[in-house]
Amino acid sequence: MSGLPILSLMLAVPAVGAIACAFAGDRNARLIALGATLVNLALGILMWAQFDVGGAQWQFQELHEGLFGRFNYALGIDGIALMLIVLSVFLMPLCILASWEAITKRVGLYMAMFLIMEVVMIGVFAAQDLLLFYVFFEAGLIPMYFIIGIWGGANRIYAAFKFFLYTLLGSVLMLIAMIAMIREAGTTDIPTLLVYNFPPEMQTWLWLAFFASLAVKMPMWPVHTWLPDAHVQAPTAGSMILAGVLLKMGSYGFIRFMMPMFPDASAQLMWLVFALSMVAVVYTSLVALVQSDMKKLIAYSSVAHMAIVTAGLYALNQQGIEGALIIMLSHGVVSAALFFCVGVIYDRLHTREIDRYGGLAVNMPAYALFFMLFTMASIGLPGTSGFVGEFLSLAGIYEASSTVAFVCTTGIILGAAYMLYLYRRVVFGELTKDDVKAMPDLNPREWAILAPLAAVALWMGVYPESFLAPMRGDVTTVVARLAPAKPAGDAHLAAGKPKAAKAGDHGAAQGEAHHAGGVQ
Amino acid sequence: MTADLALIWPELILTIGGLITLMLGTFAGDRQVGLYQLAAMVTLAAAAAAVVTFFGTDTTVFSGTLSVDSFGGFAKLLIYAASFMCILVAPRFFKDSMRAEYPTLILFAALGMGIMASSRDLMTLYIGLELNSLAAYVLASFMRTDDRSSEAGLKYFVLGALASGMLLYGISLLYGFTGTTDFAGIAKVIGGEMNIGLLFGVVFVIAGLAFKVSAVPFHMWTPDVYEGAPTPVTTFFATAPKVAAMALLTRVVIDAMGPAVGAWQQIIIFLALASIILGAVGAIGQKNIKRLLAYSSINNVGFMLVGLAAGTQQGVEGVLTYLLVYMVTTLGAFLVVLQLRDDQGNQVESIPALAGLSQRRPGIAAALAVFLFSLAGIPPLFGFWPKYLVFEAAVNANLVPLAVAGIVASVIGAYYYIAIIKTMYFDDKSDTEFPKGTGTVVEDAVITASALWLSVIGYLFIGVLGVLSASAASVLF
Repeated sequence: MSGLPILSLMLAVPAVGAIACAFAGDRNARLIALGATLVNLALGILMWAQFDVGGAQWQFQELHEGLFGRFNYALGIDGIALMLIVLSVFLMPLCILASWEAITKRVGLYMAMFLIMEVVMIGVFAAQDLLLFYVFFEAGLIPMYFIIGIWGGANRIYAAFKFFLYTLLGSVLMLIAMIAMIREAGTTDIPTLLVYNFPPEMQTWLWLAFFASLAVKMPMWPVHTWLPDAHVQAPTAGSMILAGVLLKMGSYGFIRFMMPMFPDASAQLMWLVFALSMVAVVYTSLVALVQSDMKKLIAYSSVAHMAIVTAGLYALNQQGIEGALIIMLSHGVVSAALFFCVGVIYDRLHTREIDRYGGLAVNMPAYALFFMLFTMASIGLPGTSGFVGEFLSLAGIYEASSTVAFVCTTGIILGAAYMLYLYRRVVFGELTKDDVKAMPDLNPREWAILAPLAAVALWMGVYPESFLAPMRGDVTTVVARLAPAKPAGDAHLAAGKPKAAKAGDHGAAQGEAHHAGGVQ
Repeated sequence: MTADLALIWPELILTIGGLITLMLGTFAGDRQVGLYQLAAMVTLAAAAAAVVTFFGTDTTVFSGTLSVDSFGGFAKLLIYAASFMCILVAPRFFKDSMRAEYPTLILFAALGMGIMASSRDLMTLYIGLELNSLAAYVLASFMRTDDRSSEAGLKYFVLGALASGMLLYGISLLYGFTGTTDFAGIAKVIGGEMNIGLLFGVVFVIAGLAFKVSAVPFHMWTPDVYEGAPTPVTTFFATAPKVAAMALLTRVVIDAMGPAVGAWQQIIIFLALASIILGAVGAIGQKNIKRLLAYSSINNVGFMLVGLAAGTQQGVEGVLTYLLVYMVTTLGAFLVVLQLRDDQGNQVESIPALAGLSQRRPGIAAALAVFLFSLAGIPPLFGFWPKYLVFEAAVNANLVPLAVAGIVASVIGAYYYIAIIKTMYFDDKSDTEFPKGTGTVVEDAVITASALWLSVIGYLFIGVLGVLSASAASVLF
């Protein structure tokens, strides 16, 4: 709220850093990238500190009208965007650190691509103009294409092409929908569009077009197949940022655009989201169970978690949406950490095959501890971030549909199965293999990456209110917007009947009357 | 008559300048490259200045056969700028075989294209078109001793003659059934009852012009000619005549056939979709970068036709913006291609040889990557903006299925663009060395400037471009 254009600054710092990195030597590029991301982290924390919880819906607004002629340079955030931006700037320095030693060729270009990625992520979450949003949303394809294609694994080119074309095909349909929306509403301003009532029959088409794009980005079953390929081939930091933030762009689009802008279509088509989410939870969890590649396993678990997010969002009630948002944040931290855990041992043995490991608890106790923590957080053990999100969203889903809640809960059980099975095979067991025996425990750099991630995962699990408070008001706004169209859930909530008052107890009878009044 | 002459200064300057350049070449000899090159470039600059002074006038000259308006002005500026660049880069390419005919032919081609862009009558249309085409046929076979170049010239000539025949047949039908060659007069008659003769006229005229913009199914000449012609000439073909032919096509369908939207709209829609899809599919598997850029130009023409199919002022604005951005991108891409020389100094056109280019010449590779992503229309590169405009025009004209089909097909196109980027960035270095210093300072500056403009800076010009294209497009409505 100070005069400082903090969002523009957060876009400018990594952008300038990216240009500098492109021309710098290897060592300098690393330092520049780390410096730029740390500055952005500081700015992000400053922004969080200055964010007025319960204040105006949109804060830190910046508007330069007509800068781009037909559309505006309009930035601004609400609580949801704030938390996702904070997540992005929190993960970025860790990603840079994670690539410190693993990346040895063309470091300058690599760091430049990561910094561009950061610009794109912040831009997506901060854009308040529909076209500006689209430009940022699509712009993410280019740096990720390079990151996977140049520094990826053996099959990187296939994965890069698949990632690029798949997500491009999805998002072009969203562009057509946006054109139709701009034509109908006569503005590109997102806050205005959020309260514009599109004709219901038009909403259905717009919803489907947005869905085509965002479902690919999420990714939802059955358009998730690009994700395992991209994750497996991407370098460790690429997977971290892909799972940590890029997937959230899809669910952010759900809550930012599809739900408040098309409430009628959302209510009408919630069965579609539920159906796909249910299939995804069960199917991808089962697929994860049989993976022999660690990264692939975690990639499939991401799809399962994101399916709970979509189901939670489409419960269309306060708990469901809040829970989904917490899963988004939690998954951002935990999956990034899990991918990094894989990266740690990959750097030592250069294989992702689960069978090649075993018994790491003996020679890498610190690693085993961290890995255990994140495994538990992924499963959703109470005390970790995963629990809060999954509990809240499942409670919300239960209110909307008990069947969906039942099916989604099996995902939690299956999640425990595949994560624990992974953990057992990698960390426990006999330490028999010679090359595994020779692996050293975490070095200080790896500590520096895992410790903050662990701290945040626990913080989110123990005191989620810090994260929920800024978002609560915005969730209420969305729920209120959806309320007229929302179908009744199949959970018939009824208030309990208090015991009959004792004769002559005047006060209790009055209390009962009050209570009955409250239930109405 | 004299008053009319005062309004066609650009054309007069080009004619006189072209003749002077020819004389210089004849009397000073082909060795005096700097001399006639300078004469030609000064001529183009002067003509462009003359166009600028007339910007905003809206009148006709010579009994309404030629218009002087900002639509023509917009197109002419693009044409002159492209011609200027093609003259500028030529001497380094042709080396000893550079002759004075090259700038002279380009000047006369530019003159013809200027007439195309401002014609308001079927006769001036044909004169402009043929003046440009004849110069272009000779330019294609400019390297007389090179088989590919001669073949390109011959192919272009034979197929071009066929297209001219179709166009003339269409013109004769239109004249026969309307009794006039004037666009406004044709529009008046066509607005009444449509008969089969008129319809055939419309179809043949559009077919003839589709050949010039190389829209599918009249595109067959494009890859062969682009590949065979000397690279500076290919650069010329890919830019200036595209602008001229597109401007002409726009003027014909809006001005002359405007009232009969139903008659031509479906033809344009077909041409648009066929060009987008075939341009994209045909490019896959091309091994020669010039052939690939030929398919890319077919693909991009398809997108321009999407804007034209809308038939609205917004659509025409989109087409004009598209032409400008396309021209900058294509010029940049060809300038990069001109710089690709191996250690023997030979031109490298093979795409597999570009493997690892990003490590040998990072600057050039980055610029080419920007141009290709921009041609694919991926934001944040500026190539996205004109694509957005034409699709917006199509949606606003209730052509949603066309917009959806076009934009989905654009993903196919993205494939081959990113495939080249993959070759340059992901693959290991090829055996071909790419020594540095193949370009002049001016060329490097132009490449850098256009790459920067097409990255994010272009978005700052959206307002200006919008005003310019709106003032140009409003002339037709």
